[in-house]
Amino acid sequence: MGSRWTWRLVALPGVAWLAVFFLVAFYAIVCVAFGNQDTLSQPVPFWNPLDWNVGYVLEVLRNFWHGEQYLTVSIRTIEFVAIAIALCLLVGYPVAYYTARHAGRWKGLLLVLLILPFWINYLMRMLAWINLLAPDGWGTRMLHDIGIERAFISLNLLSARGGWLDGQPSAVIIAFVYGYVPFLILPLVVALDRIDQRQIDAARDLGASPFSAFMRVTLPLSKVGILAGCVLVALPMFGDYYTPDLVSASTKTNLIGNQIDQFTRQGSQKVTGAVLTLILSLFLLLLMFYYLRTTRAAGKVAGEE
Amino acid sequence: MTWLRNPWGRPRWLLVITIVYIIWSIVPVTIAILFAFNNGRSRTTWQGFSFRWFTSDAGSIVNDPAYQGALKHTLFLAVICVAVATPLGVALALGLQRWRGPGGGTINTVMLLPLVTPEIVMGVALLLLFLRVFPEIGLGTTAQAIGQVTFTLSYVVVIVRGRLTSIGPEYEEAAADLGAPPRDRMFRVILPLLLPAIIASAAVAFALSIDDFVVTQYLSGNASTTTVSMLLYSSARGAPTPALNALATVALLITMATLALAFLVYRRFASGGEAAAVAALEV
Repeated sequence: MGSRWTWRLVALPGVAWLAVFFLVAFYAIVCVAFGNQDTLSQPVPFWNPLDWNVGYVLEVLRNFWHGEQYLTVSIRTIEFVAIAIALCLLVGYPVAYYTARHAGRWKGLLLVLLILPFWINYLMRMLAWINLLAPDGWGTRMLHDIGIERAFISLNLLSARGGWLDGQPSAVIIAFVYGYVPFLILPLVVALDRIDQRQIDAARDLGASPFSAFMRVTLPLSKVGILAGCVLVALPMFGDYYTPDLVSASTKTNLIGNQIDQFTRQGSQKVTGAVLTLILSLFLLLLMFYYLRTTRAAGKVAGEE
Repeated sequence: MTWLRNPWGRPRWLLVITIVYIIWSIVPVTIAILFAFNNGRSRTTWQGFSFRWFTSDAGSIVNDPAYQGALKHTLFLAVICVAVATPLGVALALGLQRWRGPGGGTINTVMLLPLVTPEIVMGVALLLLFLRVFPEIGLGTTAQAIGQVTFTLSYVVVIVRGRLTSIGPEYEEAAADLGAPPRDRMFRVILPLLLPAIIASAAVAFALSIDDFVVTQYLSGNASTTTVSMLLYSSARGAPTPALNALATVALLITMATLALAFLVYRRFASGGEAAAVAALEV
């Protein structure tokens, strides 16, 4: 027995575990999506690809094509996620920039404070906001007193006084930003930390204004971090159903995650739910490959210089 | 915009944004913890300090069977998850690190996929698996434990492989040169060197299990398999008492204590950079 096989044997239990509970499990989604359901509307998967039934998939695609519910929900999801990511960048980039390049001896402490939210249960952090934004909560009172509530109402981002948890898209987006921005900041800190100060100095010496040095050196060099961070927060946001459930609990803010959750976990339309999960996975796979390709391309460019 | 004119000076507005952000990220949770100690039923009006929601009230976490059950089940799942995911992940990391020949790259990619797969996709996949492929397992504690191990495994492998790479092959080669048989090289050289990474990955697995929500909820069978996260989700919008905050606070303290301990152990044995990398990994 060569030692080559010893190590394969050591890896075997883990490999088998992933094969069954990750790959076969994912294949189960495909086979249920291309399967049928019995009289009790329980899913009947078709394991042989030759038997696959495209009926349910076509039904879902038809719904999309005619611009019905699934399309509305999907567009809303993309809209919410896009706005939330833009806000995450707006908040996260300056924080990451300061931490990576200007914090000096406070850098260690700042990093600990930035990592802290990772260690706090996401639902606990949402619970905190529900307490604050309840009609008589401290946050609601403060937002009222400093005039933010009135500004939101006049901008049509909030429908009534104190009604933050009342099916408001703005509340869901703010909760998204609060929940996921830490995941965006850390890759940004890493990317910005890596930039060689001499490259910025060189741009300045060659006559670039601070602004154009930032736009033409710092920003492009942090592009990989920006992309990594955005994908890192986009993936969980696209699958999120609990945040809208918790801060809105209204069909007005139903996202694709809510639709899947209602069909698969709560409801009895598991086949349709599996089709939607499959479509979501394919969409996110595209995103992941785009991300891998861009980061690899960026790495190549950096290597050639 | 003085910073645009002179980015070498102290960028005050960046400092202000950073401080405001830190306050914004930490204060709401601090207030939620504070209200766990409220001497009244309200979670929005402060009525004085007390431990009643932890220990004495009829609805406190030690007296309410639902809270108590959720806490016990959460800890039980976490222990199982650590006990299974850690050895499985350490073995997979060792095997992958020394994998020669084709297949290693593919396995590595599959191993990394759970880290980026949205939890709802894993939730649906495992739900259908346990309903249709393993109906004899079905939904419930076993399914929940298996689901949690499946996504914590990757974290264990990544942490252990990081340590393996930084140790390098030299110690093992030295032991071999001095005549140590493979068995001794494994148990007297590699595993002791890996110990900090093993402890760190066990702590991360423990924390991930306690904080997990989606997979655990999808694979939950009935009320007896409710965890702390699930209880937070289902009662946050009802009319809960501060006992809910107390429950969340206890879970938070357990997670924090575990991770802080692991971080200290890791820093004692490994370099600071590696320890920071492990700390940042807990997503």
